[in-house]
Amino acid sequence: MTSAAAAGSPVDGILATAAIVLSLVVAAWALVAALRHRAPDRLQFVGLAVLEVALLALAVLALVALGEGVRPGEPGAFFGYLVTLVCLPPLAWVLARMEPTRWGSAIVCAVCLVTPVVVVRLQQTWEVIGG
Amino acid sequence: MAETQVPERTTNRGPGRLLIAVYILFAIAATSRAGLQIATKFDQAPVAYLLSAVAALIYIVAAVGLARAGHAGRRVALACCSVELVGVVAVGILSLADRALFPDETVWSGFGSGYGYIPLVLPILGLYWLWRTRPDASRP
Repeated sequence: MTSAAAAGSPVDGILATAAIVLSLVVAAWALVAALRHRAPDRLQFVGLAVLEVALLALAVLALVALGEGVRPGEPGAFFGYLVTLVCLPPLAWVLARMEPTRWGSAIVCAVCLVTPVVVVRLQQTWEVIGG
Repeated sequence: MAETQVPERTTNRGPGRLLIAVYILFAIAATSRAGLQIATKFDQAPVAYLLSAVAALIYIVAAVGLARAGHAGRRVALACCSVELVGVVAVGILSLADRALFPDETVWSGFGSGYGYIPLVLPILGLYWLWRTRPDASRP
């Protein structure tokens, strides 16, 4: 999975894979919490924070690559996905704080299921000509 | 931060908040998609891209309506969910019947198949939730 990093895509590598895995783990944990009628716990918020750090690092990697003159396949879509991506964990955080019930956990679960999809779309929009 | 047992039937609480979250996600997805399509390649498929923009607008207004949840908010959300349901079914049928009409994907093409059919389920859930939380509902 990480071998594609050698092909030059800054958003396809260990960091992106880690973000996807972490997001799915947080989603699974939040789902368990929601099913057990539990409000979002500290672990979910820590998970969201770590996920956000990973996504911001991913964004920095992408910007550094851009600074070196590498260009994504679909620049418009790429930046759209990148901006959306870094907004997702804060969105989940704010809504989960507003909803200290099982449904807060359900919100964290839903957003953390969407995040990996956006990461994959981000990788696809980079690779159209670059891959 | 354990369990809070407040089974209050309010439109913008509990499951309603999850609904709002999903509407926000779709508002972001549809808005950025429509914005990009209209900005970069509007003449390729104007019908599809204008439809994307309309869908985006409906998701935004529906999210706001659900979040405000007052009398007016509920009415706005009801209108949006209804239009959305009609739209996703109509566009779904049209996109299957006449591919040329929507040469490029929209949020509602193929009954929202590009988005895991959530665009089809979302308005139904929205209407159901509005009905469940109607002010005159007899409380159990």
